[in-house]
Amino acid sequence: MAMLEVRNVNVSYGNVQALWDVSLDIEEGKIIALLGANGAGKSTLLNTMTGMLKPQVGTITFKGERIDNLPSDKIIEKGIAYLPEGGRLFPDMTIKENLELGAYPSKLWKTRKPDLERIYKMFPILGERKNQLSRTMSGGERQMLAMGRAMMSNPKMCFFDELSYGLSPVMAQEVFKIVKHLHAEGITVFLVEQNVHQTLEISDYAYVIENGRIVKEGEGHSLLDDDYIKQAYLGI
Amino acid sequence: MELIKTAFFGSTKSKVQLIGVIAALVILFLSPQFLNTYMPNFLAKLIAYVVLSLSWTIFSGKTGYISLASAAFYGLGMYIEALFGMNIPLPVVMVFAAAVAFAVAFGVGVVTLRLRGVYFTIFTFGLALFLQKSILWIEVKFFHTKGRMVLAYSNEAVFYCVLVVFAILIFVVILMNKSRFGLALDCIGQNEDSAQHIGVNTTMTKVLAFAISAAPAGAVGAAIGTSIGYVDPDIAFNMLLSFLPVLMAIFGGMRSMYGPIVGAVIFFVLQDYLMREYANLYMIIFGAVMVVVILFMPKGIFGLVDKAIAKRQRNFDGEVIGDVK
Repeated sequence: MAMLEVRNVNVSYGNVQALWDVSLDIEEGKIIALLGANGAGKSTLLNTMTGMLKPQVGTITFKGERIDNLPSDKIIEKGIAYLPEGGRLFPDMTIKENLELGAYPSKLWKTRKPDLERIYKMFPILGERKNQLSRTMSGGERQMLAMGRAMMSNPKMCFFDELSYGLSPVMAQEVFKIVKHLHAEGITVFLVEQNVHQTLEISDYAYVIENGRIVKEGEGHSLLDDDYIKQAYLGI
Repeated sequence: MELIKTAFFGSTKSKVQLIGVIAALVILFLSPQFLNTYMPNFLAKLIAYVVLSLSWTIFSGKTGYISLASAAFYGLGMYIEALFGMNIPLPVVMVFAAAVAFAVAFGVGVVTLRLRGVYFTIFTFGLALFLQKSILWIEVKFFHTKGRMVLAYSNEAVFYCVLVVFAILIFVVILMNKSRFGLALDCIGQNEDSAQHIGVNTTMTKVLAFAISAAPAGAVGAAIGTSIGYVDPDIAFNMLLSFLPVLMAIFGGMRSMYGPIVGAVIFFVLQDYLMREYANLYMIIFGAVMVVVILFMPKGIFGLVDKAIAKRQRNFDGEVIGDVK
């Protein structure tokens, strides 16, 4: 049994169905990727997995327990962190406040101080500038802060939405390096990306989503050699 | 307990703030001894304005959901005093009025705060009108009257009642600003999606904050009602009192808790002066002042102070780079 299982999930916005019978597995200790173009349903699926949307049909289980009917804060308490697209920081708060908010759910709030020290050790630059407002940071630094915030809840699994979006190629590489580092520390990673090449290189297994349906899946490296992927996503 | 420690004694700044607040409250508490008999009445109304704008800021200032329901809660307080004041002492009625305002706001919040956008503002505006018109209808239909007499209390008694509300409110605000709850409200104001992502139960947080912000308005409404002597739905649910807290808070600046306080004090003194000296021009001058404020100091008086401080610091560093935004 996989750590997180999505089974036959259908999600609609009113009359418009966005996800059709989506199933996927996230195995413990792996890096799993979900690839797709704009509007394919990536963010909808993530929002469903984090409790922001409820599936009309289908189930989501984490370690055998159903989470599709839980609110976001309860899901975070179970050990799933979510790094939304663009980081979604709080611009007029300091770095420290932004980080503390990563431990918002009440169980985590009590241990926020040692957690902060842990994050400062992980990203020393955040510790040096803890009283700076987050809107005065560069794009890469913001992404780092967003990662730090996600790590505050001491997660067992982390979802990354469009991690490399809007970053320079160098910075994107840097960010992927951090993801690998987090993975090495034992965090199960779920990457949702448009940056197909770099993502497939570091992921163990990947799913491709189009028009709300999973159309292809396979091991990261094997998908890199797949003709369809090459044609549709890599432009080779 | 830990929260009280950090909020009041956490840093030098919070200690200074605590001493300042206590000193100000003590001075206010003793002030009727040194003033003529009219002044406590003036001060009571002034503090009522401060309470209205400060309590409005608890919810609307932080989250950005503009409430126009101040008049509704204030008026409810007045009417509750008119109904029960003859038999029950004022402090008890004030507690009851606060509870009713809390409950009504809670109900309104549950119904409207799941939605984002302007619906909430429209609904709160409607709430004050709805209460005004329906109470008027009930009065005329069943009691064949328009208004009610309210038992009068001495100016000093009203003053002390309002002061106690203010004292409680200011400590609640200080605590809230340092608490997880206050932080959650700030989050909602800055980015509601993110707030949800990090696990804030946004609807419940908003509803609770709105209810908390309504309670003090109900309490001071009950107290001020006694100093008017007569209450009818038009007096109690004066729509101007829905807009004034918004204007006073913007005028003062909402970034710190002192903004709404200073804004309310200046507004009230100005209003009082204009009403006495230029009764006919009062609203015109008032409107002009408001336009100027919005145009030239969108972040209020405290925004100007911030700007001045930022400028000074740059001058000390020896580099002035354009204008500080």
